[in-house]
This record gives sequence, structure tokens and C-alpha cells, in this order.
Amino acid sequence: MKKNKSVLLSVPYMLWMLAFTLIPLCVVGYYALTDPDTGAFSLGNLQDLSMYLPVLGQSVLYSLISSLICLLLGYPVAYYIAHRGPVAQKILYMLVMLPMCMSFLLRTLAWVGLLQDTGIINNILDAIGIGRLQLIRTPGAVVLGMVYNYLPYMILPLYSTLVKMDDRLIEAAEDLGCTPLQTFGRVILPLSVPGILSGITMVFVPAVSTFYISQKLGGTDTVLIGDLIERLFKQGDNPNLGAALSLVLMLLVFVCTGIMNRFGGDEEGGVVI
Amino acid sequence: MSKELIRLRDLTMEFDGERILDGINLYINDHEFLTLLGPSGCGKTTTLRIIGGFLTPTSGTVTFDGKCINDVPPYERQINTVFQRYALFPHLNVFDNIAFGLRVAKLPKEEINQRVQEMLEIVSLKGYGHRRIQSLSGGQQQRVAIARALVNRPKVLLLDEPLGALDLRLRKDMQIELKRIQQAMGITFVYVTHDQEEALSMSDTVVVMDKGRIQQIGKPEDIYNEPKNAFVADFIGESNILDGVMLEDYKVRFFGRTFQCVDKGFAPNESVDVVIRPEDIDIVAPDEGHLVGTVTSVTFKGLNYDIIVEFKGFKWLIQTTDHCAEGSTIGIRLNPEDIHIMKKSEYSGMFGDYSSYSAEYDELTEDAGDEEE
Repeated sequence: MKKNKSVLLSVPYMLWMLAFTLIPLCVVGYYALTDPDTGAFSLGNLQDLSMYLPVLGQSVLYSLISSLICLLLGYPVAYYIAHRGPVAQKILYMLVMLPMCMSFLLRTLAWVGLLQDTGIINNILDAIGIGRLQLIRTPGAVVLGMVYNYLPYMILPLYSTLVKMDDRLIEAAEDLGCTPLQTFGRVILPLSVPGILSGITMVFVPAVSTFYISQKLGGTDTVLIGDLIERLFKQGDNPNLGAALSLVLMLLVFVCTGIMNRFGGDEEGGVVI
Repeated sequence: MSKELIRLRDLTMEFDGERILDGINLYINDHEFLTLLGPSGCGKTTTLRIIGGFLTPTSGTVTFDGKCINDVPPYERQINTVFQRYALFPHLNVFDNIAFGLRVAKLPKEEINQRVQEMLEIVSLKGYGHRRIQSLSGGQQQRVAIARALVNRPKVLLLDEPLGALDLRLRKDMQIELKRIQQAMGITFVYVTHDQEEALSMSDTVVVMDKGRIQQIGKPEDIYNEPKNAFVADFIGESNILDGVMLEDYKVRFFGRTFQCVDKGFAPNESVDVVIRPEDIDIVAPDEGHLVGTVTSVTFKGLNYDIIVEFKGFKWLIQTTDHCAEGSTIGIRLNPEDIHIMKKSEYSGMFGDYSSYSAEYDELTEDAGDEEE
């Protein structure tokens, strides 16, 4: 009886999922597997994707680099926050979340203002005699945009893993002869693995499918999969090819999360996506 | 006995202006089993953590083998700790947990292997090396924690309420086991507990603490038989504590009667606390007794009956193997050696009155003790 009722509670969401996720997914699948001209079943779109392999590789590369930078920047911060008093923790947590209260588009546009050739940074560089540099439309700018936008997604899971870590384990390591550095390598880092994995996943997944960041901050040679898909759909070029590309991207994300979950599978504390 | 290994001199510890330790002076001998005993919040764990190097005292010094070690970090001390709730590494199996310290010290692989196996045998966990920590019972985890500390052959092992999380039966077994290990390996143990029975049965020396101060240091028998003040008398075992006046050496007056006793050295007519242990009191027929009272409650405890007897409005606890009916009138006799005299202290009048006695009393206080940290 009780069980039946709780099933009812999930019905609205089930319908939502069906209407706006599952059916569109089928539509994407249909487009991906049909010929744009004849409408007949075809694997042609998937075969055509091979020419986009470099773009795919570039997307994965940029996202991995961004994830890594986020990890290097985020870990110390997360560690610092996790070892403050309860009030300080709440305040710092809020500060980490704060950028997420602003529009993602606005934040990225703000970087354009900073980095562009006549932007604030270049004006300052010019004024102090260094001269203007090519900042925008570079791979570095794209990675910067990714790191800037997704850093909170790295810090939060790391923080939640680190804050749960028993301080006595650290004391135990010191007691058994570990210097602070050895304590980190032998105890703290291995125990943070679930947080690291879920942080990387949470940065990598949105980064690999982004299009806005690369459009605004990147140049003609920093096209990512997200850009391609957008172009194929929006400019009406070839929605069938776009659908196929989406499918591949989705597969990539699934594989990534799968790998991450497998590695962190038997550990507790990770955020499951 | 043997030589002094650790000395604490005038230790004080303050957290946020609150004084946790107040002038601790203590020396610990090599090969000694010393127990810090006291209720929660008495400073015993803080003292242990200072010895382990996890806390730096606000003032005072810790010396080890004659050298001040105040500024020596934990990883450079020849001391290992068995933590409350064990603090085993969840990402390592039993073997790797025990081998942890040896690997940090970069010992050869064969030696690590041999010493861990040897240790597994000592704590009766042979064949458990590959088990995950999470798959072990509380008692097994406990033994891994002891093995992990002992395998490093420390000079001193600190144990912070190591048996607190175990059930009674297992606790008794582990007490015997720990004592055996300590004697076999010849290591100094500094043991923290709030369980007086545990302290009395295992220790060479018991240090009773309360309110950040040492109340008494002594052998278990001395602590029990010659408590220094009402706090110690009450905390170690059960005690009836009465107001008395020491008339002269060997003569004490209470309840309007003069008794012979074995204590001396008090000023004439000094007021004192008189301690009478519940198991020392002889029950006799009313007309043969020094005092006559009425039984107000009887509780069966297995080994004995706890009976509460009212004498002139003051209730005593008496432990007897003879059954006395509730409401009956009995007489009691006190032999001189049953009466222990203590100087008055800040604790006088706070303990030793069983007017509000209830059978759950023991369990309640034990629960309160478990909550420390």
C-alpha cells in the first residue's frame, strides 16, 4: 500500500522525463541514423564523423587540461575550507558558490571585456610599456574560461570529501612516523580520491560539451564539439550529422562517468552524477 | 623499581581561556602500566594528547628520557597511540594498516612482513591480513589498532579509552589480553579510562584526576583503601562518607559515638571525612550493633545484595551476601580497620550520601563518561 503511494509521487517527474528527455533522445537517435536527403536508415552520418575526430580530440584535451587545473587550484582551497571553524566554513562555502549566482553567459562575456585586444588587461600592459598581447582567441583563453566557470564544481565535491575525513586518521599517521608531507601522500590524498574523481567528472562533463566559452574566447582554430553541434543545427547545415555528433558526445560522457564511478566505486563520499 | 621515563612538570592547558589542566606533575617509569582515571572532562585525554605530541601545553614541560620534548612533533617521538575509536585507515587492509609505520620507516620488505605476521599472531588475528577494516568487528578493529601501534616497538604506548566501544564480555577479555601483551613486550603503557574497575585491575599505578588536577597517585590497593579525599573515595568503588571529628590519634567520633580506628596524625578535634566501604560493614542483630538502622531498599546484584539502611536520617549503602528484608531493623558493627579517615577537602559533603540512591546509578554515570569527545 505504502509502496504504491510512493510510486505515485514520482509520476510527475516520470512524465517530465518521458516528454522532455526520453522522446527527444529518440528523436536525436532517429536523426542520427537517417539520411538527410532521403530520410532512409543510414549509418552515413556516423561514418562522416571521422572528419571531426580532431575536433573531438581537441575538446577532450581542453576539458582534461581544465579539469587538471581546476583540481590543482581547487584542492588546496577545499582543504583550507574544510579545516576552518563551522561559521567560517559556511561563509567560504557561500563565497565559492557566489559566482554561480551570476549568469554563465555574463561571466564569460566579462572575460571578453578583460581579454580582448583593446580590453582592460591589454590597456594596462600597454600603459606600463609591455605592449599588447594576443590574449583572446587563443586556446589558453578557452581553458581559462572553462576553469573559471567550472572551478566551483571541483571545489564542492572535494570539500565535502575532505570535511568528512576523520582528523584522527591524520593524527594516527603522524603518530606512526609520517611527516606532514608523508601524511598527505599516504592518507589524505588516497582518502580524497572519491572527491577528486567526482570533481573531475563534474568539470569535465560540462567542459567537453560547452560551446559558448570557445565561441566567445576562442579563435577559429579552437572549435569544440559543442560549437560544431550548434553550428550544424542552428545554421541548418545538417541536423542529421549534428544529431550523430550529439550521440557520440553523449557516449563519451557516459564512458567517462562510468570510468570514474568504477574507480571510485567502492569508496564512500563521492558525489554520484 | 625501574627508571623514570617520562616526567610532566607543572603542566597547564587552556582552551579559549578555560583551564583544562591545572598544574599536572607526574612521572612515569619505564615498563610501568599507568592509568589516568577520571570522569569525562577531567583532563585525562588532554594529558595523554600532550604526551603524544598532538597538543602543546600552555605552560610546563614534558621530558622524555631526561630531554624536554615540548617542541618535538608526534612523528619524531618514540611513542605510539591507540586512539579512541581506533582511527584505522579505511583505504588499507589489516596488513597494510599494521605495516604502515614500518613502511614509513622504510624497513626492508622481509622484515616488515615478518613483524606484521608476528604481530597478527600476538593479537590473535592470524590469517586476517587481507581483510578490509570495514569487515571487522569492533573487537577485531581494536586489536588491529593495538597491533598497528605495537609493531613499531615504541618505548611508550598511549591508549585512549581503547575498550570504551566494546561490550562488557569482550572488554574483560581484552583487559587481560592487554595486560599480558604489556608484560610480554615490556612496554610502558599510559592508559586513559573512566572505568575504575578497569583501572584497578590492570594498572601498576593509578592517577585519579578531576577538574584538571591530579587528586591522587598510587597503587590500586592504596587508592582503594586509602583514598585521599571524598572525590577519590566516591569515584573508586562505593563509599559511605560521613562527617566526623578526630578526637585524638586512633579515635574518631561520628553519629554520637566514638570508634576506634587505625588513622593518626590529625590535629585534636579536627573535623574529618570518614569513609566506610559498603562491603566492610558487618550486619549483626540489632542489640549487638554499634548502630541500629532500618533497611529501606534491597537490590539483588548477583554477587551480593545492595541494601540501603537508614541511620538517624542518613542513608548508607551496605553490600552483603545475606538477605535482609525491606523494613527490617538491623545492627551493624564497624571494626577499626573498616574506618578510613580523610582530611576535609573541597569535595567534602558532595559525595557518599545514598539518600537518592537508585539501582540505575552506576549505568547512568557510565553513560555520561562515554560521551567524552
